[in-house]
Amino acid sequence: MDVVSSVVFYILIFLTVYVQIFFLVTFLENRRKIFIRGNELKLAKYPSVTIMVPCWNEERTVYKTVRSLLELDYPKNKIQIFLIDDGSTDGTWCAIKKFSKYPNIKIFQKENGGKYTALNLGLVHVETDFVGCLDADSFADKYSLIRLMSYFEKDPSVMAVAPSIIACNSKNIIQNAQKAEYHMSVFMKKMLGFIEGIHVTPGPLTIFRKKVFDDLGPYRHAHNTEDMEIAYRMQKNHYKIEQCNDAFVYTNTPATAKKLYRQRLRWIYGFLNNTIDYKSILFRKKYGHFSTFTLPAALLSICALIYVVFRLAYDLSHFLYNKIIEIKTVGFHFFAKSISFDPFFINTESLGFVFIFIYAWVIVSIILGRKMAEGKWKFSPGIIYYLTVFAFIAPFWLIKAIYNTILKRKPAWR
Amino acid sequence: MNNNIDWKKYLIVFLITASLFLTASYLSNYFGGQKINQLKAIQDKIAIDILSSETQFSLLSELSCKNISDSVFSSELGELGNKLEWSQENLGATEEVSYLKKYYSLLQIKDYLLAKRISERCKTKSAFILYFYTTAENCSLCEEESLVLSALRTAYPELRVYSFDYSTDLSAVSSMLQIYKIKDTALPALVIDEDVLTGFHSLEDLETRIQESFKLQGTEKASAEEQSTQ
Repeated sequence: MDVVSSVVFYILIFLTVYVQIFFLVTFLENRRKIFIRGNELKLAKYPSVTIMVPCWNEERTVYKTVRSLLELDYPKNKIQIFLIDDGSTDGTWCAIKKFSKYPNIKIFQKENGGKYTALNLGLVHVETDFVGCLDADSFADKYSLIRLMSYFEKDPSVMAVAPSIIACNSKNIIQNAQKAEYHMSVFMKKMLGFIEGIHVTPGPLTIFRKKVFDDLGPYRHAHNTEDMEIAYRMQKNHYKIEQCNDAFVYTNTPATAKKLYRQRLRWIYGFLNNTIDYKSILFRKKYGHFSTFTLPAALLSICALIYVVFRLAYDLSHFLYNKIIEIKTVGFHFFAKSISFDPFFINTESLGFVFIFIYAWVIVSIILGRKMAEGKWKFSPGIIYYLTVFAFIAPFWLIKAIYNTILKRKPAWR
Repeated sequence: MNNNIDWKKYLIVFLITASLFLTASYLSNYFGGQKINQLKAIQDKIAIDILSSETQFSLLSELSCKNISDSVFSSELGELGNKLEWSQENLGATEEVSYLKKYYSLLQIKDYLLAKRISERCKTKSAFILYFYTTAENCSLCEEESLVLSALRTAYPELRVYSFDYSTDLSAVSSMLQIYKIKDTALPALVIDEDVLTGFHSLEDLETRIQESFKLQGTEKASAEEQSTQ
């Protein structure tokens, strides 16, 4: 059993390093294509865009969300905003009604049916060639839309462009940990963009050609991750998705471990179930890197993390068992043991060096992500929070998501 | 959409990953070798210490015991034992580690013989435990006994514990096993004041025995002093 366990462990570690090196090589190949553009960007043409804001009990944030859209650096007559109240039970409807006097804003109210139903209601009324969505807890940067639209102008084969999402209002350790994670995500998504392997077109301000929905149909429930499913569907149909690293959208992140757990449970459950739904495209050459790299790498990361957790739990229980035996045998003896440091006892096993590489690369990718998002080379304490907080909490939502997937239990939205 | 997968890139990434693992393995071997060299250096130092102590003992044998200090005992024997144990667990039971373990066993026997001679002649307060265990098979009682002995060693600094792995392929260790008639079916085994104890013995059991040993030595010392004054 020990041999099997060790072999599995080595294979998982090898594949994890493989994925990291893949990202590193992709970065080195494309590093000159990554930059943050200035405010002087102009387009040859400014196509009309509809941005849908589905709201469900977002009275506290929706005002700021809509204001951010009204302040976008894009011709006002080319932006149509749909505010869709998905049966909120708080003051959201009153909040969005205040915007009804704006000529480019349309408001809708419907019974609660889930985010995808709100988006589909909006899609029915869209008359522009481009359409996007902005979650009502997120805020668009002034230059985000023009930068996103520049990708469509540059390459007519691009069917959707996703922005860089940055955590805002991070006050506590949980939120700062997520901020570092979002920075890492900016880096990872850009790399996936380079290999055309993006697997999620996030709710906050991904812009699509309307043709995508005309050809492939509207949003689906998709296990409460409609923004992931539409990306899978697009990849399956060879529709190109790009990542615009200098189009920033700021989003509020869960402030407590419990809320974070619920959000991530939904995401991972959605990922697992969408991947099951689209399993026929796994490891198929004709679906590109999305099929041979993105999905396998994401599945691997889940397996590796769960395996490491079980192994750590086993090691911890072994340690505790030995401690119990020690206490039973010699009782509590606080003998003054020498605590002087001797470098001889530093573990120099080969896996130790591999783990140093793995963690170093995680830290470097967070720093690179921050550089891509904020233009700053800086190490933030959020990196330490991320490595510690997520190491403790992530296994719970991963295991629960797998458990729910096996038992077909759907997690709640919030 | 470009669906041409760049297989060359997958291959290059594989080669880089494999190189990274090979580098990690090389570094691990390099540092492992450094540790082995460190162990060898400690053993050489202990060997010189013991030889020096033996010589000192021979030189001073005709003089008063007052001239023999604790410094004759090699202080690094315990440290070496800990490092060897760690190396066996973390570097694996390599040939080099097994060789060093044999050497260590030999040094322990020499230290034991010397310490015993000094103790007998000078009536210094000391107690000796010879401890036989095995690593060849899963011996949970051995692990428990080791814990007891570690606790005892900390509580009684004058106590000298010498540990011998039953499976050590060394004639000197085999001789000790023969002398005390120790069999692998009766491990762990302890030798205290020439008494052979087999199986697990608790902290309290051994503490009583050691205290008795110290008491006896106290009486012997007093009577020796009495005789010398008469």
